[in-house]
Order: sequence, then C-alpha cells, then structure tokens
Amino acid sequence: MFTPKGRYIAVIAALILGTSAAFAQSPNLGVPISSADIAAWDIVILPDGTGLPPGNGTAAQGAPIYAEKCALCHGINAEGGIAVTLTGGSPLTNGIDTAKTIANFWPVSTTLFDYIRRAMPWTQPRTLTDQEVYALTAYVLAINDIIDDADEMNAETLPRVQMPNSDGFIVRFPTLTP
Amino acid sequence: MKQKNLTNRWQDMEPAAGNGLMDRRAFFKEGAVIAAGMTGYTLSESAAAQQLVDDPWSTVQGTTAGKYNRPSEFESAAELTLSNPNGEPRAQQARTPHHLLNGTLTPNGLHFVISRSGAPNIDPDQHQLVIHGLVDQPMVFTLDALMRYPMVSRMAFIECGGNSAPLFSPEPIDADVQALHGLVSCAEWTGIMLSTLLEETGIDPKATWLIAEGADSLATHRSVPITKALDDAMIALYQNGERLMPGNGYPMRLLLPGWEGNMSIKWLRQIKLVDQPSMSHSEARTYTPILPDGKAYQFYFLQEVKSFITHPSPGLNLNGPGLYEISGIAYSANGRISKVMVSADGGKTWAEAALQGPLHEKAFTRFRVPWHWDGGPAVLLSRALDNAGNLQPIRAEFVAKRGEATKVPSVKGFPSQHYNATTSWGIDSDGQVKHVYA
Repeated sequence: MFTPKGRYIAVIAALILGTSAAFAQSPNLGVPISSADIAAWDIVILPDGTGLPPGNGTAAQGAPIYAEKCALCHGINAEGGIAVTLTGGSPLTNGIDTAKTIANFWPVSTTLFDYIRRAMPWTQPRTLTDQEVYALTAYVLAINDIIDDADEMNAETLPRVQMPNSDGFIVRFPTLTP
Repeated sequence: MKQKNLTNRWQDMEPAAGNGLMDRRAFFKEGAVIAAGMTGYTLSESAAAQQLVDDPWSTVQGTTAGKYNRPSEFESAAELTLSNPNGEPRAQQARTPHHLLNGTLTPNGLHFVISRSGAPNIDPDQHQLVIHGLVDQPMVFTLDALMRYPMVSRMAFIECGGNSAPLFSPEPIDADVQALHGLVSCAEWTGIMLSTLLEETGIDPKATWLIAEGADSLATHRSVPITKALDDAMIALYQNGERLMPGNGYPMRLLLPGWEGNMSIKWLRQIKLVDQPSMSHSEARTYTPILPDGKAYQFYFLQEVKSFITHPSPGLNLNGPGLYEISGIAYSANGRISKVMVSADGGKTWAEAALQGPLHEKAFTRFRVPWHWDGGPAVLLSRALDNAGNLQPIRAEFVAKRGEATKVPSVKGFPSQHYNATTSWGIDSDGQVKHVYA
C-alpha cells in the first residue's frame, strides 16, 4: 500500500511527531473522486488567481446588482447599515481604534471576490453568478478608488490589483512564533 | 471550641507572599484540617449549631433518572451568555461561565460557541469529507468510513483569537470572568489524526498549506500550514466522550490544538492541499491585530501562555475574613504549564500555586493556592509560565506594545485580538470582587 509518496509523508510525519502515531494502521476506506466531480463545488481561490473562474465584470455592471442585492444591509452608498461599511477608512496609525475597511486594511484583492462569492448575500449565499461576483468586486474596488470605473475585473486582472495596505503586515508564522 | 482551634492553624504556617498568600502545599500538608477551616464564598452564617433533623427530600422517593440528564435545578445560573440570542444575521458568541465551574474540563453544554451564521443542521449520513488538491489521489470519506479508523483522544483547549479582548479597554470593565474570558473552553477530543488520512491520499511535495472549509452557510474557511496538519491536527468526532455538539462542529471538525479557534474549522467538509494561503476573510481581515504604528500582525495563529483567576472573581464575593482557596486556569499553545505565580498585593510579591496534575500540553491546567484574607483591600492576579519558557506578560507591558483602546469598548466587542496578559481582581473590605488594573 505504501507508495513512494506514502513513504514521504510517513517519514515527514514521523520526524515531526517523533512517535508511532504516524504509523497507525489505516483501513484505507477513502473513496477516490475525480477532479471533475469536485470542480463545480470547490470555490477555493488563491491570491495568485488560481481557482478564479471564467467571467468578467465592471463597476457599471456591478452598480445595479449592488442596489438590488447588497444595499439593504451595506447601505445605498456602501456606507454601512446592519452590515459593515464597504467604503472609506481612516489611517491605521490610530492603532486598535481604527475600523478595518477594504481600502485601509485588506491585503489582497482576491479576498473580496472570494468572500462575495462564498458568503454573500448573507441570506442567500452562493446564489450569485460568477459574472455578478466579478461585477460586484469591480464595483466595490471602484468606489474605493482602487481601480477605475472602466476597469474590467476577470481572472487575469483581479489578482494584479494592488491593494493600498498590501505592505502593512508583519507575518508572525512561522518565524515570529515563540 | 474545636472549630476555633482549626481556623487558627493558618497562623502556624509561613506566608509565601504578601497579603496572606500561603505555601501552595499547605492544603496538601494539612489536608482535611485546613479544608475544614475554610471559609466558603457564599457560606451561610446560620449553617451551624442547629439541632439536626431529616430534610424533606430525605423522606420521600427521589426523582427518576432521565434519558439525558441535566444539572440540578439549583445550578441554573451555570449557563452560556448569548450575544445574539435571536439569531440575527451576524456572528454570535456564547461564553463559558468559568466562575461556576471547576477542574479542567468544560461540560459540552457550556463549551463556548462562536458561529458566523449559526450551526448547520447536518445529517451525518449525508455528510462527507473531501480531501483533494495537491494530493496523489483525491478522496471522499464518509462518516461511517471514518468511524473505522484508528482514533486518539487528547485534552485540548480551544480559544477564540478574540477572547479577553475587553482587556484592551483603557479603564477596568465592570464584568465577570465569563464576559472577559468566556471564549475559551477545554475538552477531551477523540478522532482521527489528519496525518493518517493524508497518508492515504498522499501528499504532493509542493503542498505547503491546506484550506479547511466548513459546511456552514458562509462556507467558513481557513488556511493551515501543512506542518501543523502533520504535527497534531485531528479530525475530531467526539467531545468529552459524546459526539460533537452541533455548535462545536457536529459531525466533525478540524482540531488544531493551541491555535486560534477559528482555524479549527467546524462542520468540516473540505481539505484542499495548496501551495499558498488563500487569504480568506478571517485570516486577511479579522484575526490580524493592528499595532500602534499601524502595522498589523498576520498569521498570528498561536494562543500564547495565559492564566486567570476564576475563584474568587466578580460574582463570587468573599464572606468575611479567613481562609480561601484562590484557583484558576492556565494554558499555552506552546506546551505544558510549568508554573503559575499568584499575587494578592497587585503584583508586588508572588507565591507559587500548586498545579493540578496530570499536566497536559495545550490544555487547561487548574492552579490553586491557599490564601488568608485579613479583611483588607487586596488585588489578586496570576501569571503563568509554559515549559517552552514563555512567561505571561503583565498587562501594562503588553498594552504598551499592542496598544490600548482610547474609549471603553463594549464588553461584547473585539477592539483587538490575542490578549494573553494578566487579569486583576480587586477586593474591597466588604469582600466585593471587581475587575481592576493592578
């Protein structure tokens, strides 16, 4: 049953664990599944654009979708309501008093596409089409002056959008972790 | 007459620190003698010296056991506090009442719960775990299949990265230990080591992270370094001996011992091996504490060494001078607790507390120290050390580095994350206990 890679993982695990736990006998009851059967359900995307679906959208296309599906909670002008504001943000130099916003805090653009597609609208998650998600992503980026109103967001352009605070982080893991 | 002699025994012992703290071994040395002299937090003055008769409940047949039993009706105060009891469309927190519990295990019904959109009502026969991405063979595991795998049990605390956040307040908060520290709990978890399943799927050497995703309506997901997955990550199926509670991830959750609770994805349905973190909403935005200079910590992950006193604490007021047991909880993501020091004078002098064994890594350790309260003002606080050498910071030093809110926040708010500094309780001459800054 041990493939070369099986041995690789067992050795790595044993090095880390230093115990016999890594060599627990397994009944091997996992059922193989094809990538094709996973693809439609898997919505993981990565900051380099891996996983972004086909499609495209602009702020102009996103505005009416926003008004219909988002404004009720986030406000007519994205100023916030029962859900957070999607626009603006004060400088982070106020430390922990600062409210985190897309413009003043979020490090990468793909998080926006991912969270809209994954979790929005709150009461009907994963009902937006990919086309709608691209348009809403463009709309939110444009009202924050991160992209121009005419910029089209797609799988190529979105990962290249530079977020204002992308350099604002100190990565703790693994080197700064005690 | 005899009672008077017993309560005087504390005077024969050497105080270990100022303001009445005694040697941690005092209870063990003197055993029942000292225990009998103890003053309870809610001792009734009239309890002694009455002629004894049978109580009414001792003269009739008692209550029949139920099929699933609850604590006594007299313990109804031991409840979670709910931040969002009506399930409005926002996150909800349910906090553990540490001041009404003792020992090291949190009962399942009182384990803290945070969910962003409620607990999905999962049919275990329909639920599956998919492992794919940078593996040799993508696989699906049903719950029936997982039940046949070799299992391990371990104690582990789970703590929200935002637990204790009210202590970033510039002023002490009029709140109890449940409100301040209720987003940490500890249980015995039983399940399958994630490494066992990854051995079956195989790992592409390019995999450096995995994405864990839940079956909640928001499909909450986090990125986890592969090193943690192969170290001590578990697919947990049981919690304190019974199947997971719905709010804690039924029918299966990821358990990453010691790491911020949000990463131990509940209602686990997907593990995808990848070569970079996804920068999910939780890791990109939420669990990223802003520092005073405007930079923010990213990938904080570890819940570092921490302790707090649960007895006494606000709501458990002292009833007259005398002997009390100070006790509390200590834990660290970096290993075992090796020492807890307790002060009764606001940190001027410290006594070493006794640690209740067995000592488990990344789990609650109960500490205890006898204390003679002389009836005067006192400030109690604890400070823990883990066996990796990390010492719990004093609050003033901590907020000097991490920042402090300029206004008193809501006790339910999260002005920042990853507070692990000290907590102080002030005691006035009436025995009232309040949160203070020492």
